[in-house]
Amino acid sequence: MYKAFLIKYAEIAIKGKNRYIFEDALVQQIKYQLKNVEGDFRVVKEMGRIFVYPQGEYDYEEAVEAMKRVFGIYGICPAVVLEDQGFEQLSKDVADYVKRVYGEKALTFKVNTRRNKKSYPMQSMEVSSELGGVILEACPNMKVDVHHPQVTVNVEIRNKIYLYSENIPGPGGMPLGTNGSAMLLLSGGIDSPVAGYMIAKRGVTIDAVYFHAPPYTSERAKQKVVDLAKLVSRYAGPIRLHIVNFTDIQLYIYDKCPHEELTIIMRRYMMKIAEAFARQDNCMALVTGESIGQVASQTIHSLAATNEVCTMPVFRPLIGFDKQEIVDVALKIQTYETSILPYEDCCTIFVAKHPVTKPNIQVIRKSEERLQEKIEDMLKEAVETAETVICEAQ
Amino acid sequence: MEAYLDNSATTRCYEEVKDIVVRTMMEDYGNPSAMHLKGVQAENYVKEAAKEIAKTLKVQEKDIYFTSGGTESDNWALIGAALANQRKGKHVITTVYEHAAVSAPAAWLEEQGFEVTRLPVDEKGSLSLNELQEAVREDTILVSAMYVNNELGAVLPIEEMGRLIKEKNPETLFHVDAIQAYGKYRIFPKKMKIDLLSASSHKIHGPKGAGFLYVGDKVKIQPLILGGGQQKGMRSGTDNVPGIAGMGAAARIIYERLEENTAHMQELKEYFAGELYKLEEVEINGPDPSAGAPHILNVSFLGVRSEVLLHALEEKGIYVSAGSACSSHKRTGSASMRAIGLSPQRKESAIRFSFSEFTSKEELDYTLEVLRELLPLLRRYARK
Repeated sequence: MYKAFLIKYAEIAIKGKNRYIFEDALVQQIKYQLKNVEGDFRVVKEMGRIFVYPQGEYDYEEAVEAMKRVFGIYGICPAVVLEDQGFEQLSKDVADYVKRVYGEKALTFKVNTRRNKKSYPMQSMEVSSELGGVILEACPNMKVDVHHPQVTVNVEIRNKIYLYSENIPGPGGMPLGTNGSAMLLLSGGIDSPVAGYMIAKRGVTIDAVYFHAPPYTSERAKQKVVDLAKLVSRYAGPIRLHIVNFTDIQLYIYDKCPHEELTIIMRRYMMKIAEAFARQDNCMALVTGESIGQVASQTIHSLAATNEVCTMPVFRPLIGFDKQEIVDVALKIQTYETSILPYEDCCTIFVAKHPVTKPNIQVIRKSEERLQEKIEDMLKEAVETAETVICEAQ
Repeated sequence: MEAYLDNSATTRCYEEVKDIVVRTMMEDYGNPSAMHLKGVQAENYVKEAAKEIAKTLKVQEKDIYFTSGGTESDNWALIGAALANQRKGKHVITTVYEHAAVSAPAAWLEEQGFEVTRLPVDEKGSLSLNELQEAVREDTILVSAMYVNNELGAVLPIEEMGRLIKEKNPETLFHVDAIQAYGKYRIFPKKMKIDLLSASSHKIHGPKGAGFLYVGDKVKIQPLILGGGQQKGMRSGTDNVPGIAGMGAAARIIYERLEENTAHMQELKEYFAGELYKLEEVEINGPDPSAGAPHILNVSFLGVRSEVLLHALEEKGIYVSAGSACSSHKRTGSASMRAIGLSPQRKESAIRFSFSEFTSKEELDYTLEVLRELLPLLRRYARK
């Protein structure tokens, strides 16, 4: 029955002269997401709106699910498209529509008319009030409430007439590709996929880096990270994942530095490596899943100590989130189940019983001096020998 | 070089098994329950498999029931026998170190109001026959015990156990989980007073997804899978002909040269253990290498976490099992490890090597060479 989807976008609408860039990106992203949905779709910009027109048979549920993953969409309105065959026919069609969608339900409603086609013989207000009467007659259980209606029946009169009353919320945010790209430090945990999702939601495309430490971390741990990247890519588009073999660096630090500083020093080098990949991939920022105080390496002191080695901005979208809030998003984007699989990641394998929680940057730098002999070469090698996998949702 | 030393997890199929599996999938693929010729041809494979298996056990082929594998056989034996005999009593005996396929249904029975006694084992994994004798009561309807412990290779004295149980209470049923023993020992249920016996196909070079339960002549057991009434209504569902036929062939082949093959494995195991003892800080868990099942050796490499060693060996093409697969957050270890009271250090570092007739001395020498190289390196980087 639905021959079109009217796509609502809020934030883009207030952009000035660049508005077309955002709209075009949104059209692109909708097309991309609908690529794997059964059916053909035409996605067009029309007078300040984006419409998705299914061509013939299509899978409604799948199409809606796909569009719900497009950043920038605030609402998806399944619409009935009618030819203008006079007001009498319209009245009949509107009555049919309301009966079909709401049946015998007792709901309050109002009719909201927009008349883009100014040649239409009736005015918007007039159309609304007439159609209100038609609906009341057809559905005796419905009541009018113009202030807080449960249902708003929208009638848009253009060359054709669009009828819609449902607004399925989209994810919000900005269309992908409109805000550059960033490099995500992806572990196998709950937080980093959520962080990637949140940055992508602002229109940023994501690449990622994962630190693999065989034999201390397993092939399954690596596969889990690839799987997580694929899950995030359902929203964020294809993700280029760099898998770095970090074992030698870790063992070198273990050999040379105080044990309780291991995690901090290790994280500082991870940042450096991530930044090298970021430069390679033309990313302008790093993204981590850190949240203040969650673990020893995420105290404000530790964050300052790891941040210190970066020259690029480091985005930490979860910084003020509690664990449960992060879990809630992970559940929503369906990364949670994969994240909780119990494979060890490289951050925990050598973790000290009592790692420093308030690292002193001077002391850390001093410890790092012991690595001078080999570390630069090792970092270079780690970057050069990394394996790159393109992770894309199937 | 590759060394597959995880044969207690699963084994490679015999060539002949592969052929019969392919044949029953591509040519004789009928449904054994079908009335036409194609069905009859398929049924013949199932009958043939039952005959071959029955022969190895010296039982009647009508007492062999095909299942989806060891886990189903064990579940069926425990739950089916307990439910069918609960009017005689509600007491079940098992051991502390059973495989989950037995311990989980035993725990389920407990929830349903049965009483379960779990017999302890000593540090070698041996069971006290006195304790067994004392545990059997008038209301004991079932004793379930594994022939060979899957993690340690400990072997239970099944024949003596059967005798003791029946002496104390002739009504008590005796179930043997022979999943690690079938194809390694000659097992004769009649002589050993075994009423129910579980086995799995893929542990004996057969395909996965098949197993059997031997159910003795007058043994009362309730079917758990209901449906079209296949296998005399005892286990419904279309017969898994490729699995069953493959298992039948595997059973025949493995018993053809049983003594020769187990002697080969025993010799390898003792050689391997002897070489391991020459390394530092190595402990053998469970029975002495001279005793125990011929194909299982459980070893702790102190100071090296089993998961790490497993992955380090994997990089060299050597495949083993970790005694206790666990993440850094949870270190409970396995039931068998706890049962024999291993220290945390030994539990954390336990590796199971398991052999088959295909295992060669070259593979073991290669493994030893790799271990000699890896262990000092891995020990240097211990978690502090």
